[in-house]
Amino acid sequence: MALDHDTKRDFKIIGTRPLRPDGIDKVTGRAQYGADQSAAGMLVAKMLRSPHAHAKILSIDTKAAEALSGVKAIITAADFGDMRKGEAMNVRDHIMARDRALYDGHGVAAVAAINEATAKAALALIKVEYEILPHVTEIADAMRPDAPVVNAGFVQENAPKGYSENVVSAHEFGHGDLAAGFAKADKIISRTLKTAATHQGYIEPHACLASMGPDGRGELWCCTQGQFYIRTLCAEILGIEESQLRVTASEIGGGFGGKTTAFIEPVALVLSRKAGHPVKMVMDREEVFKASGPTVSSEIDVKIGMTKDGRITAGQAELRYQGGAFPNMTNWLGAQCAFAAYDLEAVNAIGINILTNRPKQAAYRAPGAPMAIYAIEAVVDELCEELDLDPLDVRLKNAARKGTKSSYGPTFDEIGLVATLEAAKIHPHYAAPLGPNQARGLSCGFWFNFGGNTSVSLGINFDGTVGITEGNPDIGGSRASISMMAAEELGIPYDKVRTIVADTNSIGHNDVTDGSRVTFAVGLATIKAARAAIKEMCKRAAKMWGIDEDAVIWEDGYAKPAGQNAGEFEPLSLAKIARKSANTGGPIAGHHEVNADGAGVSFGVHLVDVEVDPETGFTKVLRYTVFQDAGKAIHPDYVEGQMQGGAVQGIGWALNEEYIYGADGKLQNAGFLDYRIPVASDLPKIDTVILEIPNPGHPYGVRGVGETSIVPPLAAISNAVSRAIGVRMDQLPMSPPRVLKAIKGAKG
Amino acid sequence: MQYAAPETTAEATRLLADSPGTARVLAGGTDLLVQMKFGGLAPDLLVDIKNIKGMRDVTPEDGGFRVGAAVSGAEMGEHKAMRALWPGVVEAVELIGSTQVQGRATMAGNLCNASPAADSVPAMVAANAIARIAGPDGERDCPVQDIPTAPGKTSLQKGEFITSIFFPARPDNASDAYLRFIPRTEMDIAVCSAGVSLTLDTNGTCTDARVSLGAVAATVLLVQDAANALIGSKLDDSALEALGAACSAACNPIDDKRGTIEFRRDVTAVLAKRAAKIAQSRAGERS
Ligand SMILES: Cc1cc2nc3c(=O)[nH]c(=O)nc-3n(C[C@H](O)[C@H](O)[C@H](O)COP(=O)(O)OP(=O)(O)OC[C@H]3O[C@@H](n4cnc5c(N)ncnc54)[C@H](O)[C@@H]3O)c2cc1C
Repeated sequence: MALDHDTKRDFKIIGTRPLRPDGIDKVTGRAQYGADQSAAGMLVAKMLRSPHAHAKILSIDTKAAEALSGVKAIITAADFGDMRKGEAMNVRDHIMARDRALYDGHGVAAVAAINEATAKAALALIKVEYEILPHVTEIADAMRPDAPVVNAGFVQENAPKGYSENVVSAHEFGHGDLAAGFAKADKIISRTLKTAATHQGYIEPHACLASMGPDGRGELWCCTQGQFYIRTLCAEILGIEESQLRVTASEIGGGFGGKTTAFIEPVALVLSRKAGHPVKMVMDREEVFKASGPTVSSEIDVKIGMTKDGRITAGQAELRYQGGAFPNMTNWLGAQCAFAAYDLEAVNAIGINILTNRPKQAAYRAPGAPMAIYAIEAVVDELCEELDLDPLDVRLKNAARKGTKSSYGPTFDEIGLVATLEAAKIHPHYAAPLGPNQARGLSCGFWFNFGGNTSVSLGINFDGTVGITEGNPDIGGSRASISMMAAEELGIPYDKVRTIVADTNSIGHNDVTDGSRVTFAVGLATIKAARAAIKEMCKRAAKMWGIDEDAVIWEDGYAKPAGQNAGEFEPLSLAKIARKSANTGGPIAGHHEVNADGAGVSFGVHLVDVEVDPETGFTKVLRYTVFQDAGKAIHPDYVEGQMQGGAVQGIGWALNEEYIYGADGKLQNAGFLDYRIPVASDLPKIDTVILEIPNPGHPYGVRGVGETSIVPPLAAISNAVSRAIGVRMDQLPMSPPRVLKAIKGAKG
Repeated sequence: MQYAAPETTAEATRLLADSPGTARVLAGGTDLLVQMKFGGLAPDLLVDIKNIKGMRDVTPEDGGFRVGAAVSGAEMGEHKAMRALWPGVVEAVELIGSTQVQGRATMAGNLCNASPAADSVPAMVAANAIARIAGPDGERDCPVQDIPTAPGKTSLQKGEFITSIFFPARPDNASDAYLRFIPRTEMDIAVCSAGVSLTLDTNGTCTDARVSLGAVAATVLLVQDAANALIGSKLDDSALEALGAACSAACNPIDDKRGTIEFRRDVTAVLAKRAAKIAQSRAGERS
């Protein structure tokens, strides 16, 4: 179809800011979140969790709990399937300990009872005998050859030698001659930088309602970023076929990557199967912190060489990531991102994954990238300071551009880094005066963006309105953007289109809402589905006019004769064709299924001004501006929201957020009092500048925008604080005690 | 669990004294209900004091104010005369929680919860506030600093509860201030804090001072050496240095997830010095 390769540039609806379709439901409380569903005969489930960081489970005695009136089912790991490999096994074993508890908060048993009080009372009656084992929660400790082994059997061939069995994999990227590159440098700086594990901090805790029938068929309602993946995981863990389980995603109160996998759903399903009743399970906040999927913590060695005039001659990094007791791919992603912003002749990055006695990490916006780029951008900034160079000019001088062979292999197509840096350079923020104890920091950011498997169905209703069915939970405004793209393509007003997120039986497969893929991939599939419907509508118009189908074109919502040779006919509106469709061949719909490629990488640049109180180490963020390439901003409010949200989460990560483990291996701050996400009064208004360098891989030029924005804040703030206090900070978070110590250390 | 909302002090003390199990006074409930929901606390009896007459009044007395035990932070904040007389106390109370919490939280509850990090307590101690206590044997008065005895523990006896807190009169050229350190800007718990109340003479020389510190020991500290550093001075740099040093020396903090010993010692001194300067300028404005 010729239309396929059209890249649209003049838009009527794209780029406007219509009201969000979910707004009224959310402010009135009508929206149904994970915990909002109930069923007749429903039981309440609670988990018993390990109080130890690492312990052998000698025995679990559930007799007394079972005898308690109102208790309907109790399960342990023995009630789960016995599959012995793959990610579903890891997910299962992360949820419920097999023979050993691997982290503080690891599930040991679960109870379903007639109410919460009974379930809690039952937990207190379960007797677990533990043999406490030595534990390890920190990267360096876990790597030592004599470290306690956290979870044996995961070491891959590429894992570096000479360490404990906790060091499970390594991935290396780069090109060029490092030695020659460093030899050309006028200045080389080597540093080790550390970041703490953080949590996505979504406000809605994990919640689900599970119901398994006696015929083996199940229904699951849950708060997730991916109902299809939850179905896959649960079906594997329960040993049933996917067709037997229907999963419906609830409205979602934040995810940020943390709801891309399962934490409670298999438990609720197995309890329901055992009890023969629907089971509702809701995590409390302490459980969310202890037993969901925080991000990795990292220790990163960076070495960068630069000439006097600011050209980077070589860059090298070793990134060590721990992501809990199970292996992950974050090291693979992080190592690719580390130097992605730069056009380098000699570059090498190796990412290593280390197991520890902590919960299994889950994605958190651009997993692996914020830490990697923090480390690189902190050292680049230090070089700029040492060589007395303007940090934006240095970025521009070294920036990756179209044709650059990226540090992770592929050659870049159209990318927006230079445009983004130039926008920052001419912005008034960059030239604004600073007062005492104040300084400005900046950083580049990068994320790949994903495409992936996507299915969209679009129906033309008889009354001329349009219904779209898609399968990706809306965590950032995708329903609005999808409706807008369909309206744009069809040539009808936005409010004639309604998009819903369907369950796993109502649409073909869709990958998880992650990788900033939805506006790109679902948008692309929507546009193609609309084009399929248009093709059909042209056919119907041709039929109504009695002319050849190829002689009809679609323009601004109307079928029109292609030219004078086609004949003279009054254009037919979408509504008119829809009304007649029963008589011209039946309902009209379009659909599209694709494993979308060409997501188009996204770059951003953040500028931040801070003031550090030299007597307390307190950092106040004074001014913040985000510059980011969106390819094409479908609904600019949402794009700005993503840019602001990423900046805010990054500010929290940079300044205060941190998983704090005691010497006993227990998490000390499993709550929002001592796990400090920013509050509104901590923040200035986050200004945004959207750049639009169209992605050639999308009909409207869309690039994902959801993740790049959390990448630059860590280094931008670290660079600003370092410049304000005159000491290079090399560890996150830059909590006041740490900053004050650095200030005092510098005074001697 | 039993819930009672008596209308008289006598009835409240009788209920508290007669309860065979754990009895708790319920004021705003912003500590108590959280402890019941998440901390595993399960009292047998709750005695809500908000319906007792006078419990929600701020009453002028001898040139000072008597603040009922159920007066909320928001009500304190709106009381102009109290704010003018004891601005440091009111600002400390107003730091507690959010707008929602302010609508409920009381000073007496903050005091009796006996957290070393409670915000209004250092300010009340610096103000030399006196708690009035009702009990089975009648009423007694007790300085605020003698109520908390350890984290989570008070000197109140079975059947006793606080009915009001009295803030005395003070000369014109006197004022107070309270500062806490938190890693954010609100909705947080003090890592350390300092309250300073002082009186100046017509030359601006400090004639009287009380300095208190929060979150740096098991209970709020009243630091006489710190007060001595101010008395007789015009809060010049050397007096402030001596104040800071006295505060750092008096601290007996712990190392924990909220801050190190070193940080608490250093920042306590900084807060005391800054609070003293604020109190000085407020006193100047009142003279
Ligand atoms: C979100 C949030 C934020 C908070 N922020 C802060 C903060 O910034 N700073 C801070 O210091 N605190 C803070 N708190 C804690 C709490 O709000 C305060 O300690 C508050 O002052 C308690 O007052 P209350 O009236 O709610 O006490 P309650 O919860 O009613 O009572 C607290 C305790 O004191 C006892 N008690 C209450 N009144 C009396 C009385 N008259 N006589 C004897 N015993 C009594 C109760 O039995 C209970 O043990 C916060 C709490 C929440 C939930």
